[in-house]
Amino acid sequence: MKVTVKQNILSANDAIAAANRARFDEAGLLAVNLMASPGAGKTSLILATAARLPEGVRMGVIEGDLASRIDADTVAAQGLPVTQINTGGGCHLDAPMIQSALTELPVPDLDLLFIENVGNLVCPAEFDLGEHLAVVVASAPEGHDKPFKYPGMFARADVVLVNKADLLAVFDFDMEAFRRGVAMVNPDAPVIALSCRSGLGMDAWMAWLLAQKAALTA
Amino acid sequence: MHELSVTQGVLDIALEAARNAGAARITAIDLVIGDLSSVVDDSVQFYFDFLSQGTPAEGAVLHFQRRPAQATCRDCGHVFTAQIPLTLNCPACGGSHLSVSGGREFRVESIEVDDESNG
Repeated sequence: MKVTVKQNILSANDAIAAANRARFDEAGLLAVNLMASPGAGKTSLILATAARLPEGVRMGVIEGDLASRIDADTVAAQGLPVTQINTGGGCHLDAPMIQSALTELPVPDLDLLFIENVGNLVCPAEFDLGEHLAVVVASAPEGHDKPFKYPGMFARADVVLVNKADLLAVFDFDMEAFRRGVAMVNPDAPVIALSCRSGLGMDAWMAWLLAQKAALTA
Repeated sequence: MHELSVTQGVLDIALEAARNAGAARITAIDLVIGDLSSVVDDSVQFYFDFLSQGTPAEGAVLHFQRRPAQATCRDCGHVFTAQIPLTLNCPACGGSHLSVSGGREFRVESIEVDDESNG
């Protein structure tokens, strides 16, 4: 006998993600799921963003890594509330991990929460954490072909950032080809070239982020 | 690489559906997986055989219905199956304005069960 099911395989994760999202909404905070390859500049983006926030906007951070507290310590040194998740080899964060991590953060006091996912362009794309925005960070040294090779990740992005954009020429990065690749799977996602190191493009990114924040709390 | 958690999800959903149907044993599970979803079929079956031991789903066969992603050329309208890595140019006209849709399916479609009465 055949029994029809038609249920999303990750529905258990998605239910907890919905609960996380409800918690964020209640606290009036904008949650960002930051995804990228290892070394694209996720932690640098968090620090560069925090440094440019308007007075009174309070930001918290959840760091996800296979092991170590390196990123959490770096972020904590900047005075941001932060908690570290170690997945112990797991290739992505999932909604239950975020649910537990939230007990370590002053959620009602925060306006903005950055969740730094495990460095990986494959698996994190499948797991809703309860975020409002999926931010994908590419970078000049990775090359412009990444949207063609990892379409699932770029399809999920609400915005795509190209970090280390001060080095585009050095790495023969073809921005036009990159933009075409993103547009192929995700025609609505803006692509912002920036450099956390030089500050190039950071104004455009901050304007976009704060507009999203304003739209959420409006 | 996250096939273990994916497989646990498949097993949990199948076992619950079997319970709701009053079935004693699951013989097959039909999955619908889009080509852009990052799941390796053989790996899921491998984990499934391990995780399902001692459950009513032990020995069940997983059927993967793969769903392709579709590319459409916005220059000439040509429609073709998209494969990873995605192509930069339309194979028909060489145009570079392509859009890709579908291929994101990720669900348990149905299960095959033995009725309780049949043992």
